[in-house]
Amino acid sequence: MKPRTYMMQGNVAVAEGAIDAGCRFFAGYPITPSSEIGETLSKRLPEIGGKFIQMEDEISAMGAVIGASLGGVKSLTATSGPGFSLKQENIGYASITEVPVVIVNVMRGGPSTGLPTLPSQSDVMQARWGTHGDHPIIVLTPATVRETYDMTIQAFNMSEKYRVPVILLMDEIIGHVYEKVTLPNIDELTIINRKKPTCSAQEYLPYIADETLIPPMANFGEGYRYHVTGLVHDETGFPTNKTDQIEVMLNRLNSKLDKYSDEIIQYEDTFTEDAKIGIVTYGSSARSSKNAMRKAREQGIPVGMIRIQTLWPFPTERIYEFGRQVSHIIVPELNLGQIAHEVEHAVKGAAEVVPVNKINGDPIHPEEVLLKIKECI
Amino acid sequence: MDYLQYLRLDKFPHIWCAGCGDGIALKAILRAVHNIGWEKDNIAMVSGIGCSSRTPGYVDFNTLHTTHGRAIPFATGLKMARPEMNVIVVSGDGDATAIGGNHLIHAARRNIDLTVLIYNNHIYGMTGGQVSPETPMGDFATTAPYGAMENNFDISGLTIAAGASFVARCTVYHANLLGKLIEKALSKKGFSLVEVMSPCPTAYGKINKKGTGNEMILNQKQLAVRVERAKTMSPEELKNKIIIGTIIDRELPEYVNTYEKIISQAQRR
Amino acid sequence: MSEKASIEINEKWCKGCEICVDVCPRDVFEMRNFVAKVKDIDKCTGCMLCEQLCPDFAIIVHAPEKKKKSVSV
Ligand SMILES: Cc1ncc(C[n+]2csc(CCOP(=O)(O)OP(=O)(O)O)c2C)c(N)n1
Ligand code: SF4
Ligand code: SF4
Ligand code: SF4
Repeated sequence: MKPRTYMMQGNVAVAEGAIDAGCRFFAGYPITPSSEIGETLSKRLPEIGGKFIQMEDEISAMGAVIGASLGGVKSLTATSGPGFSLKQENIGYASITEVPVVIVNVMRGGPSTGLPTLPSQSDVMQARWGTHGDHPIIVLTPATVRETYDMTIQAFNMSEKYRVPVILLMDEIIGHVYEKVTLPNIDELTIINRKKPTCSAQEYLPYIADETLIPPMANFGEGYRYHVTGLVHDETGFPTNKTDQIEVMLNRLNSKLDKYSDEIIQYEDTFTEDAKIGIVTYGSSARSSKNAMRKAREQGIPVGMIRIQTLWPFPTERIYEFGRQVSHIIVPELNLGQIAHEVEHAVKGAAEVVPVNKINGDPIHPEEVLLKIKECI
Repeated sequence: MDYLQYLRLDKFPHIWCAGCGDGIALKAILRAVHNIGWEKDNIAMVSGIGCSSRTPGYVDFNTLHTTHGRAIPFATGLKMARPEMNVIVVSGDGDATAIGGNHLIHAARRNIDLTVLIYNNHIYGMTGGQVSPETPMGDFATTAPYGAMENNFDISGLTIAAGASFVARCTVYHANLLGKLIEKALSKKGFSLVEVMSPCPTAYGKINKKGTGNEMILNQKQLAVRVERAKTMSPEELKNKIIIGTIIDRELPEYVNTYEKIISQAQRR
Repeated sequence: MSEKASIEINEKWCKGCEICVDVCPRDVFEMRNFVAKVKDIDKCTGCMLCEQLCPDFAIIVHAPEKKKKSVSV
């Protein structure tokens, strides 16, 4: 097989990753800086028997991907801030009905129309808590084009395996940067598909789970006729108002990911072994932070960095350990401290948390992080 | 025919009030499905939120009770994923023309092969009788204490202008005709819509002194005029009448079908 | 099949809306304790109107074939 080496943009890497993960349906609504994802898939999907639709808005795009996924087709939608806000109600629907879907949010500065063409990381909390009610969600965030490809596949795998919406949270820099990437051969990839019921249609209870906590999922049209509702339901899938049933359902829903936190939570350690000063960051801010860390190391300052790849569930345990190792944790991010708060919470006072925040549309520069590092000595 | 074979019997009696038209409409749907002879496995019923949108819970199909106003988008995704599936959308007037109005016209514009049944009861039933885009001017609602002051949508005109293949209207009183119109709608390749005039005695009838459910339903007999006869009547004569029958039935390219052709084109390249 | 129509009323599902009483052209039904009852089955023509219009799936009409004529109201 010939090597798949390309100059590729992050947004295109999402499209290619989705295709390789088995995604055959995309519904979206154009919005900068995410539009290239839909544009690429509008061309690519029909070539491989898939379908693309440009819906009338992001609300309907979110609805359409849930509908298609219930039909048994892996589905993707992509958007940015204002569109992400519109999708929230139906993201909650996917969460409570446990329908696998992947949502890409290429962040722009907000609030409102905000900064359409400039980088930001200000939707971190919205990605976790944007829809109402307690709910499970997974949020992954890449820092390179290659990682964007890999994470898109992971996003589909996780979504299929745990029956949960997975959000790929990118920033404008990662979405638009071109990098040379060599993609793996298809047969080297691990692709996970939803677990289907093995029982008969008569025996099938759509929301009863074994010790895996993840109920097998029948696709519509395959002989298992069942009911799907956004109302709190019991194991049969029908609405319930009985507190004991509500409790069983919502407890399983909200704890199902805990069981798998080891496989879900990913982060990358760089020079953390001997670090006395720490950096915790993610996405494009990790790129400049890495550069700053190198410069600091050249000057003999023992800095180490944890780059978060899974924002939610948050790698609390690892950050806690790190906090006990270092004096300071610097948290560079393109918002007013959304993850810094989480780091603070995780380290429980063991280290001083030093936010580096920027919301003016300018990315974080290495010098800015370096300056903070020096202040921490 | 035996309706019970299509029902989830353990969910009965249903939640609808005494004299609510929604159960009559459901029967008409089941007669249509039965006459066409579709397998239950190949039918999906999708709804939004409202009294009418509770319909899918009662039928033994693949059923999807979505978010308020969004049944059509979910149905669109499902239909594209499984073109062989027969997808029926049940919606209220608020669900379909207020919060979901944009989806309604866009689905009609695409002419995607869905059948949308809008149960028009002139009110928000489930939430206790607030004004809807279909509350007649001057009628009362809990949020129209001085009478409704907005114009209504002409649902059929709207969807015809948007590009639907088939549009009909019927009252629940004319249940036999209703079943036949739904059958035509279901059989149509393309976007089809039946506006079902379904009385809500509880949230609309009472506040507007329209009587009980049975009275409201009997009244439909007086109000209904067949499409054919309506053509010979003046606008004054037609005031407050309900025109029933097939309003449009035409052949237009269907969206999913067009898409499948695009796929074979793209794959040949 | 018997020559006479017969009617089953599911009293558990009947909500007493009286639609059947009002729409039956032959005055077959009456209300008793807010539930529909068959008053006079002999008059029934098997037109199915009551079955089609009972919103609660509470009426099943068993009409002999030759009696069953589809109404079109
Ligand atoms: C986003 C959202 N807004 C509001 C509601 C509350 N709500 C539930 S049903 C409904 C209106 C239902 O009216 P209609 O669609 O006409 O259906 P009906 O109950 O009359 O059959 C509203 C406003 C909701 N569930 N979701
Ligand atoms: S409130 Fe109105 S629409 Fe809802 S069930 Fe009662 S009668 Fe029907
Ligand atoms: S129409 Fe049905 S629900 Fe109403 S009174 Fe008659 S049997 Fe009962
Ligand atoms: S079938 Fe016709 S005649 Fe017989 S009870 Fe019903 S409505 Fe009356």
